[in-house]
Amino acid sequence: MRQRLTGLLPTALLIAGAALTVAPLLWMLSASLMPSGEANTSPPPLLPSRITFEHYVELFSHLNLARAFANSLLVSVLGTLCVLTTSSMAGYAFAKLRFPGREGLFRLLLTAMLVPAQVGMLPLFLMLKAMGLVNSYAGVLVPWLASVFGIFLVRQYAQAIPDDLLNSARLEGAGEGRIYRSIVLPNLAPVLATLAVFVFMSSWNDFLWPLVVLSDERHHTLPVALASLVGEHVQDTELMMAGAVVTVLPVLLVFIVLQRWYIRGVMAGSVKG
Amino acid sequence: MNEPLAARQARAGLLLALPSVVLILVFFFGPVLYGLWLSLTDFDLYAIADPSSARFVGLGNYAHALSDADFWNSLRITIVYAFVGAPLSVAVSLAAALLVDAKATRWKPLFRAVYFAPVVTTLVAVAIVWRYLYQPQYGLVNALLAKFNVPRVDWLGDPHWALPAILVLAVWKNFGYNLLIFVAGLQNVPRELHEAAELDGASGWQRLWNVTLPQLAPVFLFVSVTTVINYFQLFAEPYVMTQGGPLKSTNSLVLLMYEQGFRWWRMGYAAALAFLLFAVILVATVVQMRMQPRERRT
Repeated sequence: MRQRLTGLLPTALLIAGAALTVAPLLWMLSASLMPSGEANTSPPPLLPSRITFEHYVELFSHLNLARAFANSLLVSVLGTLCVLTTSSMAGYAFAKLRFPGREGLFRLLLTAMLVPAQVGMLPLFLMLKAMGLVNSYAGVLVPWLASVFGIFLVRQYAQAIPDDLLNSARLEGAGEGRIYRSIVLPNLAPVLATLAVFVFMSSWNDFLWPLVVLSDERHHTLPVALASLVGEHVQDTELMMAGAVVTVLPVLLVFIVLQRWYIRGVMAGSVKG
Repeated sequence: MNEPLAARQARAGLLLALPSVVLILVFFFGPVLYGLWLSLTDFDLYAIADPSSARFVGLGNYAHALSDADFWNSLRITIVYAFVGAPLSVAVSLAAALLVDAKATRWKPLFRAVYFAPVVTTLVAVAIVWRYLYQPQYGLVNALLAKFNVPRVDWLGDPHWALPAILVLAVWKNFGYNLLIFVAGLQNVPRELHEAAELDGASGWQRLWNVTLPQLAPVFLFVSVTTVINYFQLFAEPYVMTQGGPLKSTNSLVLLMYEQGFRWWRMGYAAALAFLLFAVILVATVVQMRMQPRERRT
């Protein structure tokens, strides 16, 4: 009997932990469906007395959150495409093609991982200001054009592509560009899927850089829009919770659907620490 | 016409690597070097209109930081974030990972996914959610604690409680990430080691202490170094929840840098703060690497 109980103990503890972990997210959802003012009663209700979508309607009709949603989507999708393109090219080149300066360049790129992103942020802002790119989609996209992490990830994976496969294509007269497109890219598909999920989520969730580079409301991404919304509507708990749901839901859905790829990326990032 | 294969490969390699290399040089290494120069100037609001008005001040900004009470305050707070928050987060991850890995545990993939969910959420959004959870009158945290007769606390309004409150949010948000890495590390511990220890009559705790944890040491080092680095860079949590207050009690270094740079446009000073942060992170990382005991071989 005692054996059985201690056997259940880990699961029981994990269930308690899981309840605490999801509680804030469940409350966010629940409060977003409450009628105005209901969340600010004492004791705080856990469930809405009646379900209403009025806050979602207000966010999208009056408060222009649809625009921020579209901005976030645009930046994340474009950023993901850019990183996938540049990283698949460079990762493959660093893994499989001999060119002068290859090792040195790769080592230089890796040192970038040591430098905190904030160090380049102020000067990058001034540079983009001089180029007229502050307050533009291009400006927010700049950190998502190329990625050292992406190159590192693709390179590790690309090293497993057999040289014979590439060489036999060369012997049959295929050009290097064609080899990249029709042999390398299909072989890299799994790691590119992982990278895509990673970049999409990081760019969707990114806050400091868009906050810095976007002063004009029309370009705001969701996190920036939400942070400025909470300044004006701090009393409207239910409305803010609806805004949080709208911001979090897309990434949660991407995670639930593509878990496998994302988790693989977390592991890959830690292998060679 | 019939260019040798090696030369064709070299050209293709350069062309394929070029876009990434150029972009990273221009938009990362370039700004870092420019930032180093900025930190040696008095670049301010006037210089934004006319960059030529910025003057070289040598190490003046660094000297100013070292004599600035706000800098020391933020440094102290950031060190608390890094050396209380990060170990707390790693401890929670490790404990949860050991539970998830336990033989008798059911529904392992489900727990992994649930614990990981906060990691993928948008920090700004969940920081706002927690701001309401911490609300003194209507917040759920106080409502829950009231059931245990704990008196009401103004979590984010009290200089003593705001920092711990932010740390709890931060741990909640990211412990699932390291959990996953620990679970992978635990799965790599060779079964034979456990079996041998069991035959020798080692208890569960002894096996944990003498077999599992030493085997986990490299993973542990990786996790601690990366987690400490992340906690040094804490920004959105205090920005959204407390704006660095009350009484600057949650004002992290990155938040101080942001305010100096983008609110007061003291770009030179803010750039110096960024490099000081970099230096602190570097020192903390090297110290952690040194503290790690050499791998024991038996």
